[in-house]
Amino acid sequence: MKSGSDPDFGPGDRVRVRKAAPLGHIRTPFYIRGHTGVVERICGAFPNPEELAQQRDGLPAQPLYRVRFRQQDVWPGYRGNPADVIELEIFQHWIEQ
Amino acid sequence: MKTAGRYEPYSYFQLMEVSLRELLVEKGIVTEDAIAGAMAAMRERGPERGAAMVARAWIDPAYKTRLLENGSRAAEALGFEVPGLKLIVVENTPQTHNVIVCTLCSCYPRMLLGLPPEWYKSRPYRSRVVREPRKVLAEFGTKIPAKVRIRVHDSNADMRYMVLPMRPARTEGWSEARLAGLVTRDCLIGVALPKIPKTRKS
Repeated sequence: MKSGSDPDFGPGDRVRVRKAAPLGHIRTPFYIRGHTGVVERICGAFPNPEELAQQRDGLPAQPLYRVRFRQQDVWPGYRGNPADVIELEIFQHWIEQ
Repeated sequence: MKTAGRYEPYSYFQLMEVSLRELLVEKGIVTEDAIAGAMAAMRERGPERGAAMVARAWIDPAYKTRLLENGSRAAEALGFEVPGLKLIVVENTPQTHNVIVCTLCSCYPRMLLGLPPEWYKSRPYRSRVVREPRKVLAEFGTKIPAKVRIRVHDSNADMRYMVLPMRPARTEGWSEARLAGLVTRDCLIGVALPKIPKTRKS
């Protein structure tokens, strides 16, 4: 059986960050919600910070990905090298394919 | 904390901190001395450990490989204890420049670099470096050529980041300690590049 900690994605996969605005302690910055990037690496699995902030154990641990986004996709009118990127850590439950 | 002739009421969070600290001391969970000692140790820590890791990577290719594979293990290999730290080291190359930020708060590898500078925690740096990194870097005096790709790293969750800068030219034969002296805190965050101090002509 698949556990909650198993990564659904791997390096090179294109992933989209959920566009949602739930309340609470969220480690997914607003500026990246709804954007599509590419998994750079799997960082491991970590207790869900949204649950930890509510005094719960945050288990099962959520896979955490390093995701790379093109700056010109993230910021309208971005000025700079088209190859410029921004990379963030995105928890699996914040990803929709 | 009283200051002679001046009194400012505690803010909400200061009051919370004092209340919690006094309760912990009262219940014998920690001592005032232990708290003061931990704070002093944190204040005294500078970027020397991070600089030592960079200098080692510059002279030892095998260590550099380890550093880029797993920053925390590489810190331990030099005898630096980093409990709980998940460190990712990102390498500057002639094609790529890296810069670190934490847009959500002020996450920073304190065990290796000491306390973050005030500007690192400021809203202008946090909000601007993600969307106009070239402009912000230029304000630090770091001009990145247009053909060089910039990677901005938002330290937004469980990992911490450190930049491995490029070794400056004309440092052949330098000792590890002398090389480490070139690596400033700002180089490790990615807002500066190591520079050889200008030597005075005698």
